[in-house]
Amino acid sequence: MDVIEVISKYLLPLFISTILIYGYTKGVDVYSTFIEGAEEGITTAIRIMPYLVTMFIAIGIFRTSGAMDIFVSALTPLANIVGIPSEILPLVVMRPISGMASLGIVAELFSIYGADSFIGRVASTAMGSSETILYTLSIYFGSIGIKNTRYTLIAAFIAEFAGFIAAVAVCKFVFA
Amino acid sequence: MGAGIIWLFMMIIGIFLGILNGNIVEVVQAGMDGAVQAVELCFGFIGIYSMWLGLMKIAQRSGLIEGISKKMGRFLSFLFPDVPKEHPAMGAMAMNMTANIFGLGNAATPFGVKAMEHLQELNREKDRATDAMCMFLVINGSSVQLIPATIIAMRGSAGSSNPSEIVGTTLIATICSTATGIISAKVLKRWM
Repeated sequence: MDVIEVISKYLLPLFISTILIYGYTKGVDVYSTFIEGAEEGITTAIRIMPYLVTMFIAIGIFRTSGAMDIFVSALTPLANIVGIPSEILPLVVMRPISGMASLGIVAELFSIYGADSFIGRVASTAMGSSETILYTLSIYFGSIGIKNTRYTLIAAFIAEFAGFIAAVAVCKFVFA
Repeated sequence: MGAGIIWLFMMIIGIFLGILNGNIVEVVQAGMDGAVQAVELCFGFIGIYSMWLGLMKIAQRSGLIEGISKKMGRFLSFLFPDVPKEHPAMGAMAMNMTANIFGLGNAATPFGVKAMEHLQELNREKDRATDAMCMFLVINGSSVQLIPATIIAMRGSAGSSNPSEIVGTTLIATICSTATGIISAKVLKRWM
C-alpha cells in the first residue's frame, strides 16, 4: 500500500518535470512552445463540446428512466452462463455508459456486501479494468467529425464483457 | 451499430419508460442536467487540455515523443499497420497509451484527441472511421492501467483491510479485456 501510494503521489510531478527538463536540455524554447500547445488545447476542448452535450443528454435520460433494470433482467441468463454474479450486473450495464454512475454502483456494493467480500473484490477488479467507452467514443470521434464508427462499439463491448468474465474468474482463483 | 443508433435508442427508450413509469418529469430534467454538466465539463477541459497539450508540444519538439514511439515501435505497427512508422499519429498514440498505463487519465485524453486528428490526416473518407481509429478507441476503452488509484481510494474509505489487494487481479482482467478487444477489432474489420 505504501509503495503504491508513493508512486501515485510522485508520478505526475515526475512526468511533468521530465518533459520540461528534457525539453530545456534539448534547446527547446519551453515557455513559448507550451503556449503554442495550450492554444490547441483550447480549440480542442471547445470543439468536442457539442458532442459531449449530445451524449450527456441521452445518458441523463437513460439513467433516470429505470431502463437499466430492464437490461439487467435481459442480461441475467447470459451472465449466469458465464458465471457473473447477478449483483454485479448493474455495473456491467452502467460501466460503458457513465463513469460516475458506475462508481456510485461500486460504492453501493461496498456498503451492502463490504469491500473485502467476493462481490466487492469482483466489482473493484472489473471497475479498474474497464473504461467509460461511450464517453471516450463521443470525445474522440466527435473531435474529428467521424459519423460512421464501424465496429468500434461492438469490439469495445465484447472487450468489456470479457473483462468482467476475467474479473470473476481471477477473483475466484486468487481470493479462494 | 454506430454511436448514432445507440444515442437514438437511449433517448427513445428513456423517454418511453419515463412515461410508462410516471417519472417523465425527472427523466427530462435529467436530460437537461446532462447538457449543463457536459458544458461545465468542457470548460474544465479547456484548462486541462491546454496544460497537457502544452507539455506535449515540448515533448514533441525535444524528440521525447519520437523516442517513446520508437521504443513501442513493433507493438504500434502490429496494432496500426496502416499508419506509417514516422507519422506524428504514432507519437501521439504512444503518449496516450503511456499516460493511460500510468493512470494519468486527464493527460491521456488530450493526447488521444491529438492522435485522432493526426489519424484523420491519413483518412480518405472523412466521416468514416479508419481501422487504426477503431483499434485505438478499442484499446482506450479497455483501460490498460497499472494502478487503479480511484478504486483503491474508494476501497480504503469503505473500510477494506487491504485496499490495494486488487491491483494484481485488475491487471490480469485488464490484459484479458484488452487482448479480447484487439482480437475482436482485427477480426471485425474484415466485415464492417
